[in-house]
Amino acid sequence: MNKTHGLMFAGVGGQGALLIAELTSLAAVQEGYDVKQTEVHGVSQRGGSVETHVRFSRFAKVRSPIVTPGEADVVIGLEKLEALRFAHFVQPETGVILVNDYEIIPGSVTDAEKLYPHETIEFLRSKNLRVMALPASQIAKTLGDGRMANVVLLGALSTLLPFQPATWQKTLSFRLPSKYLEANQRAFEAGRKAI
Amino acid sequence: MPEFLLGNEAIARGAWEAGVKFVSGYPGTPSTEIIETLVKRFPETNPRWAANEKVAFEEGMGVAIGGLRVLVTMKHVGLNVAADAFMVFPYAGTNGGFVVVSADDPGMHSSQNEQDNRYLARMGKTPILEPSDAQECRDFTMAALELSEQFSSPFMLRTTTRLAHHKGLVEVGERNEASQKEFTADPKRFSVPIYRRALRPKVECRIEALTAYSETCPFNRVEHAENPIGVITSGVAYQYVKEVMPAAGVLRLGMTFPLPPNLLRDFCAHYQTVYIVEEGEPFIEEYVLSLGVTNVVGKALFGVMDEYSPARLRQALNLADAPKPFSVGVNLMQRPPMMCVGCGHRTVFAALRQLKVIVAGDIGCYTLGALPPYEAEHTTFCMGASIGTAVGLERAGHKRVVAVIGDSTFIHSGIPPLIDAVYNGDRLTLIILDNSATGMTGGQPNPAAGKNVLGEATHKLNLEAVCRAMGVEKVDAVDTWRRKEIVRALNAALAYEGVAVVIARGPCQQLPEIKHQNRIPFTVDNELCTRCEACFKVWCPAIKKTEDGFPFIVAAECVSCTVCAQVCQPDAIRLLEVAA
Repeated sequence: MNKTHGLMFAGVGGQGALLIAELTSLAAVQEGYDVKQTEVHGVSQRGGSVETHVRFSRFAKVRSPIVTPGEADVVIGLEKLEALRFAHFVQPETGVILVNDYEIIPGSVTDAEKLYPHETIEFLRSKNLRVMALPASQIAKTLGDGRMANVVLLGALSTLLPFQPATWQKTLSFRLPSKYLEANQRAFEAGRKAI
Repeated sequence: MPEFLLGNEAIARGAWEAGVKFVSGYPGTPSTEIIETLVKRFPETNPRWAANEKVAFEEGMGVAIGGLRVLVTMKHVGLNVAADAFMVFPYAGTNGGFVVVSADDPGMHSSQNEQDNRYLARMGKTPILEPSDAQECRDFTMAALELSEQFSSPFMLRTTTRLAHHKGLVEVGERNEASQKEFTADPKRFSVPIYRRALRPKVECRIEALTAYSETCPFNRVEHAENPIGVITSGVAYQYVKEVMPAAGVLRLGMTFPLPPNLLRDFCAHYQTVYIVEEGEPFIEEYVLSLGVTNVVGKALFGVMDEYSPARLRQALNLADAPKPFSVGVNLMQRPPMMCVGCGHRTVFAALRQLKVIVAGDIGCYTLGALPPYEAEHTTFCMGASIGTAVGLERAGHKRVVAVIGDSTFIHSGIPPLIDAVYNGDRLTLIILDNSATGMTGGQPNPAAGKNVLGEATHKLNLEAVCRAMGVEKVDAVDTWRRKEIVRALNAALAYEGVAVVIARGPCQQLPEIKHQNRIPFTVDNELCTRCEACFKVWCPAIKKTEDGFPFIVAAECVSCTVCAQVCQPDAIRLLEVAA
């Protein structure tokens, strides 16, 4: 197929959206795709919104590294508010919004708790979008470290992408520090099964 | 197997492959990763962080006329700082290849302005190469170094945020050691105005030669098509054009100064309408119009502000095949970035807010002090501007003005204005936030950190001694987490008739050696807590509220900065270990 695939990873600075975007890109490279990825660095690291775009294509060259609103195969939300903020990137008929059922209330906004869109998942479903929600942070916590929620979500994402399981394993092995590899492999498998 | 590299990593790779032997720069988004990559992967290129961009440029200039290949890196506004040297270097010309990377930031993702540095290059008679993807980031860096030697001219490699911060596949090679070029100490070439007049015509001759080269330069590539529409484009915008208008004829300009008049005229003659798609200002467009070409449309359609994108081009061209996104239809709350948990700037901005002073700020993480909850930074312009601005506000008759500057920014360009304030008998209260790092760009070391780019120990600049040597008599250094001390020192400085400096000291919480310290978090003893809410007013993101109104400290986030414990009257906030 001549299609350029698009993925949008959205989260809060420090959640590791960039890492799982990179793992996905590297898996795509292993599979022989042309790949581009882009994100914006800088002050976004200080607890602000973070967005990372990944595009890959089998036969044609990937041109723009930026995903266009309305064309993403999957929007991956590491947090509910950020999933909602970037939901419009999803292809409305065929795309999937994969969301961690988890809230991070913005620290520097007044009345943040009240203004927070707690009903995000229900709201997106009511718009006839395909939403896959999983408690990735909870799953990661039971595995021993809530910070691995990103890799749990990556495991879930892997079921939606056309890459071989062996490719994912290989990518995790060479990219992650050996000290954390085993725990992350468990998180990845837990995410695969959670869908 | 190609490598999957960031544009900035590809530039670093290209510099290494081309045999660069000296690299200098000052951290600035989106250019920082070039030197960081060289430090990590290619230290034989001798990378370093300089005190500021002007120093970086001049060091590079010296190495290049001395015969070696050089890369100098900075963000767009950094070139303003280096402009003095940048404007004059082409008169002498270079011996070894010299490339300055100007990383522009359309969209102002992390900058104080949008600035198209192609104009600076034109003013400075310096040729520009502009890559369009990660592969070209490597290739053009290498080509620019070659061409620099061929034409004895410094070159600019112009990137933008999207280019610098996107990853793509890059075919790489090995390092080729370039031979050292000859240097003769020659006043006629490198010295005084009387000799410069003789060099002036040479600069024009070189631009003529470069213009001729530009006509056949392989980076200026024509992709003709049977179509009434042609597009002239450069940089990452080329990718958007290929995506959105795959059937149009394209002239991709990889060399954007000097521009090729004949190539441009011929291309435009080939098409009914020619779009000019360039991010930033109408640099190419103005030149094409100056050739008398009339069938072009550029900024009137695509605009000068912000980043371009495929969506923006489709909208401007009113293309029917645009994806149709669903609309959330509600305004979402923002998630602005904020100072880190336990950041030493927090106590200072709490004090500034409490004292109701006018704050002239500077460039660094502390610009976040302008946002809620502190809202205590009232001006931010450019590197080092806090001091001059504060002096000026005082001279304009405003009372209780405080200048706030970080250690790295102070070293970068805060020293001359402080000398000036003492010399001219001004009244000034200056806070130096000394966290021993260039924090906002990722905690790079600076001369106040006592270590160099490789992490090796070096002389640690003594900021108190520097201030005293300039003639500042009142210098007060305070632990930045002691809130009462900060307020006391600030009040004393504000009452002082003259120049007073308060150094608020404490390391950046993002430095690896600080971040990975094992620290005992604080916790709340609900038996002792009176729910007075004083701890909520230190605005620490790690302090949450339980349903029955008690404060709760998230142990995994707490960095034991002690500030909440300092405000707790009943002493209910204690170290977790002590409380257990």
